[in-house]
Amino acid sequence: MRKLLFESLIRPPLTERPPVARDSAVEELARALNGSARKRLGRSLAIRAVDAGSCNGCELEMHALNNAFYDIERFGIRFVASPRHADVLLVTGPVTKNMREALKRTYDATPNPKWVVALGDCAKNGGCFAGGYAVMRGVSEALPVDLHIPGCPPPPIEILKGLLALLEGVSSKAGVARS
Amino acid sequence: MRKKTVPELIDLILDGRRVKKHLPWPRAVVPPQIWNFAVEKLVVSHWSLLGLWGEPSVVHMALLDETAGNIGVISLKCPDGRYPSVGRLHPPALRLERAAADLFGLLPQGAPDTRPWLDHGHWGVSYPLNTHVRTSAATVSPYPFLSAEGESLHQIPVGPVHAGIIEPGHFRFTASGETVVRLEERLGYTHKGIEGLMAGSDIDRAAKLAGRTSGDSTVAYSLAFARAVETALGVEIPSRAIWLRALMAELERLANHLGDIGAICNDAAFALMHAHCGVLRERVLRASDIAFGHRLMRDRIVPGGVASFLSDEGATAVRSLIAEIRRRFPALVELYDNTASLQDRTVATGRLKVELARQYRAGGYVGRASGRDFDARRNVAYPPYDKLAFDVPVLQEGDVNARVWIRIHEVEQSLSLVEQILAQLPDGPIRVDFAQTGGPHEGMALVEGFRGDILAWLRIGKGGLVERCHLRDPSWFQWPLLEAAIEGNIVADFPLCNKSFNCSYSGHDL
Repeated sequence: MRKLLFESLIRPPLTERPPVARDSAVEELARALNGSARKRLGRSLAIRAVDAGSCNGCELEMHALNNAFYDIERFGIRFVASPRHADVLLVTGPVTKNMREALKRTYDATPNPKWVVALGDCAKNGGCFAGGYAVMRGVSEALPVDLHIPGCPPPPIEILKGLLALLEGVSSKAGVARS
Repeated sequence: MRKKTVPELIDLILDGRRVKKHLPWPRAVVPPQIWNFAVEKLVVSHWSLLGLWGEPSVVHMALLDETAGNIGVISLKCPDGRYPSVGRLHPPALRLERAAADLFGLLPQGAPDTRPWLDHGHWGVSYPLNTHVRTSAATVSPYPFLSAEGESLHQIPVGPVHAGIIEPGHFRFTASGETVVRLEERLGYTHKGIEGLMAGSDIDRAAKLAGRTSGDSTVAYSLAFARAVETALGVEIPSRAIWLRALMAELERLANHLGDIGAICNDAAFALMHAHCGVLRERVLRASDIAFGHRLMRDRIVPGGVASFLSDEGATAVRSLIAEIRRRFPALVELYDNTASLQDRTVATGRLKVELARQYRAGGYVGRASGRDFDARRNVAYPPYDKLAFDVPVLQEGDVNARVWIRIHEVEQSLSLVEQILAQLPDGPIRVDFAQTGGPHEGMALVEGFRGDILAWLRIGKGGLVERCHLRDPSWFQWPLLEAAIEGNIVADFPLCNKSFNCSYSGHDL
């Protein structure tokens, strides 16, 4: 173990350069939020991931955000274990009818102000699952969505760009308060 | 007709009414007594259950004779929706029967557990895949969990939303102090109705859905679906496509196993392994992206071939990936092997008995860590694996440690397989167009994903549309075993055991 640790000291870091927040996401947020995320959040964002029936692809790429290449915590963004600790719900999947109730309860357990980010193509409108007896047409049928990050699944760098947009890109007005 | 190496399974098929155009293995419609005879064979472990699925008024059962390598499907017509339960005598069929009951209203007679499984009462319809019966809105009723008796027992409900980036499912623990007395899973939260969406779809759309059944196995599912289609329609795909498919499958296996080895150690609070394995996993995904244009290689395997050619640049990326893993991985294996505090958590934890693994015919590392010597790449030997040299590692201990070691050995095997594939990769076209003639055609495939063998069965009807497609995830036969493996362990070891199984929620719930 010592050898591995020493090696890590002399090897250059693997970490990617910080990406620029996605322009389209900044615009989408400016429309959706009507207020300042940054003023409320400072430099930190606590995310609660909720899988509302995804295929698990989006979760894999969310996990990747924690690896040495993306190291999402350097931006003050971290995944938390409870909705009580969260600013943002990062929701994946078309929202299956079997998960709708649990998703709503998770949202209700999240303190204000809070934001909902829909991750992946099927979270937008149900994607290829839309129209089935067992699913809704995306997260917005269950919750108010502030930002959508497209992709099937979105690569980690795209997720990061979207979240940075949420953290940085919005002009200052009042924060979002929802009951 | 196949060789009569095992007359029994063949006799069974011959006794029934053989279905035309069901490939590559035979299917027969059988009377109830033959159905029951097959169940007896399952009970005494002469055969094993590959899958059980429904259609309106018909129930199908896929059987495997492991010693002879024979596979067959028997179908029982049940116009009144009733059939003799398989799960009554052979428990691995229980949840499959409950799922078929929810989707088709097929009622297994004598089944000990008639609670709904996928249907949580939210769909607004009952028996959604049955064309004959379609009742109106269902109601949500409380789900009775199985009981446990004893002094000072308490229950811990967990999920469906978990404290991590994990798929949703509910776990009901009954514990005595720290010790788990009973675990019961409740699944179905991610049920998207994929089989319903496939019915009536064209092949392209159905292939996309198959590739979104379980995100971590998108290559394996696309492969299983494509092979079933090609077998049904008699499509010969170009040899370069066959080899590129295997390359993708091995890259997927590498990415998942590397991620799992790190994540299991992380659940034992050993973050160093997680960090290093995470880097290797990311490198696999990046090489896959360069080679095939998508990090998870989604939609890259299509019926008729593959969608990406693999340029020289891509092949170079894969070669340097293999070199990098070969350079870094042995030190990590040594670290795992020599860290006593880590071994203290994984050795003898979550032990799965050899007999249970055999009874449930657990696939993948779950089965192979508990003495079950089965790998579809070798036992079914679909191309190009018939031309590749590899070992199938098997251990007997059945604990978390054994499931880690199986993965370690499989990483080593996959590295070798990738090298062999790149060395023999033929040139030429990568895709053929095909059109259907006549019909209906039925096809079937058994493909080894990283988690175990995936079964795909389908019927293509007139006009080239998918009439019915059934996809059976390996998790169906692994989830119940997790309940057994956790018994007697402490609650705090559940994440470790669960990660070492790494069953799919989405693949199971479909």
